[in-house]
Amino acid sequence: MNFRLKLPDSAPSLQAAGPALAGLPAARAVLGVALALAIFGVFILASGRDPLDALQGAWRGVIGSPFGLSEVGVTMIPLVLTALATAIPARAGLVNVGGEGQLHTGALAATGIVLYFHVGAPALMLPLMALAGCAGGGLWAAAAALLRRWRGVNEVISTLLANYIAILLVNMLVFGPWKNPDGLGYPYTIPFDAAAILPAIAGTRFHWGALAPVLALIVCYVILTRTVWGFKMRAVGGNPEAARRRGIAVDRYAAAAMIAGGALAGLAGMVEVAGIHHDLRPGISANLGYLGLLASWLAGHNLLVIIPACFLMAVFLVTGDVLQLTAGLPSAAGMALIGLVLFLVLGLRRLERRPL
Amino acid sequence: MSAENLETSPNQDNHTGNGPPLLELRGITKSFPGPAPGTTIAANDGIDLTLRRGEIHAVLGENGSGKSTLMKVIYGYHAPDASKVSPDSYRWLGRPALPGSPAAARRLGIGMVFQDFSLIPALSVAENVALFLPGQGRMLRRRQLVRRIEQFAGEYDLEIDPRQRVDDLSLGERQRVELVKLLLAEARLLIFDEPTSVLAPHEVDGLFRVFSALKDNGYSVLFITHKVREALAVSDNVTVLRRGRVTATAPSRRFDAPSLVAAMVGAENAPPSAAPEPASAAPAVPKPPQTPPAHPPTTPEQTGGAQKETALEFREVSTGRAPRPLSRFRGTTPGGLNAVSFSVRRGEILGVAGVAGNGQRALGEALLGLEPVRRGSILLFGQPVTGHTVSDALKGGVSVIPENPLSDAMVPDMRVDENLLLAGLGRGRPAGFWLNRNTIANRAEAIRAGFPLTMAGPAAPVRSLSGGNIQRVMLAGELGQGASIFLAYYPTRGLDVLSAGATRRLLLEQSNAGAAAVLVSEDLDELLALSDRLLVMYRGRIAGEFAPSEASPQEIGLLMTGHT
Repeated sequence: MNFRLKLPDSAPSLQAAGPALAGLPAARAVLGVALALAIFGVFILASGRDPLDALQGAWRGVIGSPFGLSEVGVTMIPLVLTALATAIPARAGLVNVGGEGQLHTGALAATGIVLYFHVGAPALMLPLMALAGCAGGGLWAAAAALLRRWRGVNEVISTLLANYIAILLVNMLVFGPWKNPDGLGYPYTIPFDAAAILPAIAGTRFHWGALAPVLALIVCYVILTRTVWGFKMRAVGGNPEAARRRGIAVDRYAAAAMIAGGALAGLAGMVEVAGIHHDLRPGISANLGYLGLLASWLAGHNLLVIIPACFLMAVFLVTGDVLQLTAGLPSAAGMALIGLVLFLVLGLRRLERRPL
Repeated sequence: MSAENLETSPNQDNHTGNGPPLLELRGITKSFPGPAPGTTIAANDGIDLTLRRGEIHAVLGENGSGKSTLMKVIYGYHAPDASKVSPDSYRWLGRPALPGSPAAARRLGIGMVFQDFSLIPALSVAENVALFLPGQGRMLRRRQLVRRIEQFAGEYDLEIDPRQRVDDLSLGERQRVELVKLLLAEARLLIFDEPTSVLAPHEVDGLFRVFSALKDNGYSVLFITHKVREALAVSDNVTVLRRGRVTATAPSRRFDAPSLVAAMVGAENAPPSAAPEPASAAPAVPKPPQTPPAHPPTTPEQTGGAQKETALEFREVSTGRAPRPLSRFRGTTPGGLNAVSFSVRRGEILGVAGVAGNGQRALGEALLGLEPVRRGSILLFGQPVTGHTVSDALKGGVSVIPENPLSDAMVPDMRVDENLLLAGLGRGRPAGFWLNRNTIANRAEAIRAGFPLTMAGPAAPVRSLSGGNIQRVMLAGELGQGASIFLAYYPTRGLDVLSAGATRRLLLEQSNAGAAAVLVSEDLDELLALSDRLLVMYRGRIAGEFAPSEASPQEIGLLMTGHT
């Protein structure tokens, strides 16, 4: 995973939609994507295949097919949530690299509800699991927030390291006490029953968990742009020193933003286990936490731009899978493409920020 | 051409009249992108300037008049607008020589001392100089360098020790290190950007003596100032800029203070009352009209008890680390306060003079509750508040007008109206949960209505504003909160003459209406004009207290620099 991105001097403030959108000229993003595709094409050419053929195949398989589109949607559901998990703390000036771990603890907490507080009615069970997911992710982020506030520990380090602990914690449970006794020794929990499953739309994996990112985006957007609380949050992110001198409890707002981000990543974990896997197992995430981080940076932490950014990344991820089948490329091709896009889009944005 | 220039040392052609001028600018135009897309603003608009060898030339103008831009064009930092450039635009010793970069300008023999110096604090003076000089080879020949620095320092009476670390030097000493750097690099034209802004009054005289000595040795000096008195004090020629154009240029003996002020602000703008006294005693900027130094209350309301009430009191306040016995800084952490006591009554303005970095900033930090008070206590209206939060201070009626509005008061990515709203946040405005555009617009409109200066439109992001505009937005926000205790840092910095005058009037109005004010400024004229009492700070202590009428600038200047 590429963490050595050159971070901009300050996280761009989250303005109301207008000015922030203007700050990211669409033309530059399109240019970056086009350049990335061109470079990617050269690599396909170098590997002895026809890039146009591969592109056409990918287009047919991803955008052009109902299944491909549904897979893009399936990927976007957790991705938007983990992107928000980075974007909200970034609004308050914090860098949350812990989406991956918070997603795991969220999934763990949601599974805990299924295992220990089972209720038969989906109308009760699913919201309960969602709350547990938020709590699991939020608590995991709270540790980093508190360490920062009390001991001055840099949140980049603490959230990153907490990822490994969270993943190992999940492994410990599914290899140990939570392992399905009838599971032939596989490290899975018992399969969730119908009440704990987000139903899918007929024939695809696209499930009702899609409501979660939509609601989360709306709530975050309204809070940030339409409440005094969100206004203070934006002030904290835009200039913590000025906020402190205006009597805003900067530490408290920063901690709140970090915990909110963790809760959103935790919700992504709940959505994944309840909508896709229907149990808890190792490897539930496929780097969704890290990919969300990248999507948020790609979007300049702008809530509205997160949607197209996540769409683009989801398309490339699914493209990687399709190319594996149609052009015989390794599935890492999708990741390589994402890397190129990030590099170019962020690089081009950097150019325009050059000082006078 | 550069080789030839380096061969002739300034000492060898020490005559001003003969040959081509050192530098000739004709029709220099430099535009920057304007606020609206597609528009441009000409920071320099057809500027002509001639500079001879051995000439001291002052460039005078208000903030935003294009002085700094012009210097940066000369120094190769900005390229003038290509469409207006001809071989005649920039001639060095009679030949076209427009430098494409600062490095090219340095090869010509041009050196510049910027306002914020470019020294590395952790290195010694000699090491800093070595970094700047080209062609040093791989090994640092320290001893030789030290000798050369000492030689120059001795010749011009600069009093710097090449072995000292730069972070132990005062700002004045750092400025002299910058000068030595340029001299060693064989610069022949020395450009100074607002060199006096970091100096105490008597240090300014010292700098001007250095200028004269440099001139006698054939160097040319070009310096920027916005103070009329300084332009007249030392220069051979003065060029006045206003809005990017030259409004006057002539030998300085042909000017007096009123004519320079008129050229700076435009004849139509110079208020009749602003005509200063004879040149020798002229204040740098016109005093606000109808404001005697100690202003008696003008309305009957404050003649009563409120007038006498003590609004703010510091009792033996110390901040920062406790003193260590072997510390170089006798007494306290640099920048902290050391047993500072004073009080301000309602309707009173207390001036604080001092070279920046002697504890002035800690006054505000302690008052706002940002910096813990180690010893002593702070009282607001007689109530001890020590240990308070920022919110307590703001709700208690405190308003701090910060030194750097962009970093301490504004959120640059937010709009002007959002920043105005921000000013009231700590005082519980706006209350409630929801915030819509109307709340923001109404609040901004209310503040704007009560603020007499022109202000940028509500929708502009603060990031896009000029320094003066940012200052005005910040002042509007602070003055519009109904605070009763003001601590104002350099409130007129970055403002043009008219806005500065209006800002002083605003402070006086707040004071007359019963507010207590502490005014921290580096402009002695401003302090003397506004203050009822004057404190001098040095190394975190109060070094002296005066009534403005009995204070002499020389005496204050000595106290500011630790000479008692």
